[in-house]
Order: sequence, then structure tokens, then C-alpha cells
Amino acid sequence: MRTRSLTKALALALTVVVMGPASTAFACGGLIAPNGTISLTRTTTLAAYHDGVEHYLTSFEYAGASAGDVGSIVPLPGVPTNVIKGGGWTLQRLEQEVQPPVRAVAFAEDAVAAPGAAQVLLETTVDSLDITVLKGGAVAVGTWASDHGFFLPPDAPEVLDFYARRSPIFMAVKFNAERAAEQGITEGLGTPVDVVIPTTDPWVPLRILTLGSEPGDLIEADVFLLTDDEPATLPQTVAPDKSPNQTGLIRRVSEPASASLLDDLRSDKRMGWVPEQAWLTFIDVSVKSEDLTHDLAIDASGFGRPDPVAAGYEPADRPFDQPLVSIGLWAVVAAITFMLILAEVERRRSHHRPAV
Amino acid sequence: MSRRFRLALALTAILGLAAPAYRIAASAGPGERTVHIRIHFSRYTPDVVDVRPGETVRFVVENTDPIDHEFLVGDREVQRIHEKGTEPSHPPRPGEMSVPAGTTRVTTYTFPSAPGSLIFACHLPGHYAYGMRGTITIA
Repeated sequence: MRTRSLTKALALALTVVVMGPASTAFACGGLIAPNGTISLTRTTTLAAYHDGVEHYLTSFEYAGASAGDVGSIVPLPGVPTNVIKGGGWTLQRLEQEVQPPVRAVAFAEDAVAAPGAAQVLLETTVDSLDITVLKGGAVAVGTWASDHGFFLPPDAPEVLDFYARRSPIFMAVKFNAERAAEQGITEGLGTPVDVVIPTTDPWVPLRILTLGSEPGDLIEADVFLLTDDEPATLPQTVAPDKSPNQTGLIRRVSEPASASLLDDLRSDKRMGWVPEQAWLTFIDVSVKSEDLTHDLAIDASGFGRPDPVAAGYEPADRPFDQPLVSIGLWAVVAAITFMLILAEVERRRSHHRPAV
Repeated sequence: MSRRFRLALALTAILGLAAPAYRIAASAGPGERTVHIRIHFSRYTPDVVDVRPGETVRFVVENTDPIDHEFLVGDREVQRIHEKGTEPSHPPRPGEMSVPAGTTRVTTYTFPSAPGSLIFACHLPGHYAYGMRGTITIA
């Protein structure tokens, strides 16, 4: 059983962009205002999959008014039917399960998006969080985020594109500092959000955690899965070894969820959907930034075939996305074909040429 | 080997060599010429440009990203100043301009008459470290 502290265990950082004040213009590198500094806040995530519905439960931690408005963009595997406040202590209860104590919404009106613009599918608030679900490509969503004051780091265009090619659904989340003050939400306090997503191929976004990081940074995250059967994942997880410095997607727990855990989770507010039986998997993500290049695809069907597309492995047509490569390749193929035809014509001519 | 077959082989070789094009060569003649630079995923293409001493180049920079970028030409000292600088934006002056998201901007720059090399880069927070820089060889 792992021995990391609870604070360290709250490590699934999904905050990927930082909101800068509208008046701040970022230009020269020295102008990194406190509000523009990339500072990932830490949250915990549960991905529960049952009856074709993924409950994506995560918590957004308030960094305080002095840190500026911290915002996040979370890629989603499908269009959520609902985004509501999550259980009050579900995530903490899960942490407790894998680290026992030592002691014995309002839907947006149908928005008509301009061509190429991100479409707002849903707008809602959860406590002091303003939540917007968007549909669009990387440029559209990135533009929407920039227009709404999100500060996107330089790797954002590529990372957003990585997700938009598979699922052009994103959830933009930001704290409203004024409302947080009114509601007495203090720095460090988390707000759980439950995103309900009908989908056939559940996955957990992992690569997004690298956004704004630098090569060599260790990305640490705790991912809990609750599925009907023991899941197969892609990339595959590894069993823990004795090394305290082990890296990778480390499978710390994989076992039938205890009745006491499920009963406890079900008794939490808004958590009545937790099934009577489930398989609990706890994955300790500890990967260097440059190595975390994919997401976590989950096959909970028992067939053991997680979808490689859901994991974000390159689609088959990916090499042809670069126009120069594509044009060059086809030109070479055409030239070789042309050469072969000429050779064949030459061969036939010499075959029919009368002997001298 | 027949003449046609040799011609086809030569064509194949030329096409094969021409396929990768990430470097722009110097123009053959005098006068101003235009170099197109595309910014995609916070990277410049091409990221190596060859110019002649004293040549005037019109840079057409297309930003396909949903985030703002810059195109700043200068030596290492100029780049260092920009990296530590506090200019909120760069007005269009020779060799220095902001390139807002999804736009194309143009700047014209006359290179020194002495051989050497310069850098073009973006100094928005984190962009230079991410690799947003290229080399201009004056020769």
C-alpha cells in the first residue's frame, strides 16, 4: 500500500491554462506577471464507467484571488448530458481507501456558432466555478479561450489539436473570485465537479497534464477507476516495484471494490449513481513530461481491447497531415510509377524489335 | 540504359531531393525578395533562412495558431533584451512585429553587409524556451 501523504496524493492536475487579467498584454518574456505564470493546481479524479455512462469526477482547487483567476480546459470523450457538483467527500474517501489511516446547471440556449468558431454547448455554474462546454477544433477552442481571457502556453495549440482530432469537446472552467469571496471559498479549497458523459469509449485525459510543463518535469497524478469489470487500459499499467523512484503508470490497486467503499460513496451527496458492485483500480501516474504523450483508454467490457484511438495513438492518416510531406511522397510515388511504365514500354519495344 | 529511363531516374532523384523543404535558400539576384514563414504549433517553418549580405527581405509571417506570437529579428543581444524586456507589444518596425492569432503580418528587413548570422524568435512567455526560434545565415 502506498505511503504518500494525502496532500501529495491530491495530484491530478487538470488546470491547464491560467487566466490573465484582461488588461495584461503578454509580450516580452520578462513580462511574466504573477497572473500569467503557469502554476498547476492539484486535483483528484475519478472516472467511473457504468451502463455506457462515464462519470468524470474531479475537483478544482481555488488558488486564491491574489493568484489571479485560475482556469482550466479539460478535454472530454463526449458531450456531457450534465455537469453538476460532485459528491462532497467522494474523492477524499477514495484516497482513504488506498491509503487507510494509521489508527485501527442551466443549459445554454442553442448557440449558433459562426463557421470555424467554437460552439457553446452548455454553460453552468458550480459554486464559484463558471463552466462552459465547447465544441470545436483546436483553433476554434483556442481562439475562444484566448478571447475569454485564458492565457494559453506555447504548447497549447498542439495539445488542443491532439484532443480535437478525436473528440472536439472541451470543458472550460474558471473560478469567479468575487463569487468565491461571497461563498467563503478560501484558498486551497476544492470544488468537486461531476461531468456525466454517455460514451462507448471512456478515457481519461493524461497528456493535458503536461501543458505548460518543461521537459524533465515529473507529472504526478492519481487516477481512480470504477468499472463493472476489471478494466484493460492503454497504455498498459505496470505493477509496482520496490523502488521509491519508480515511474510510469503504476497500478497500485486493482481489486473488487469493497462493499463499505461503495456504500460510503453512494451515501455522499449526489453520488447515488454508484453501482452496487464495481472494480476499483487506482493508477499512480508518475511520468516525465516528455514521456506522457497519450491518454488512458479504458475497456471495461472484459474483452480486453482498449481503443487505441481513444488513447490518442496516431491515427492512420496522420503522416499525410503535413502538406509538404504529402506532396513530396505522392510526387515520388508518381515518378516511380512513371519510371516503371517507361521501363515496361521500353522492354516491349525491344522485345518486338526485329533482330539485326 | 535507354535515354527515357535515365530521364525518369533523374526525375525521381530530383523529386526525392526536393521533398523536404524547411530551409529557404538565398535568392540568385539582387533586390528585395519575399520569404514566407508559417507559424504552426508554436514553431516556425522554415526555421533556417539564408540571405545575402546587404539583402532586403520582406518577411510574410502567417500565424495559424489560436495564440499570439512574435517575429523578432536580431542578434543574440537583441534576443536577450527582448527575452527580458517589458514591451507589451511590438509595433511594426523593421524586423520586429507582433503576429496576433490567426493573422498574417509583414515586415521588411535589410541585412548587414557583413557575413554572419542572426536569430528570429518569439519572446512571449515560455515561447523561446519552447523552441520558437530560427536562424538567418548571412553569406
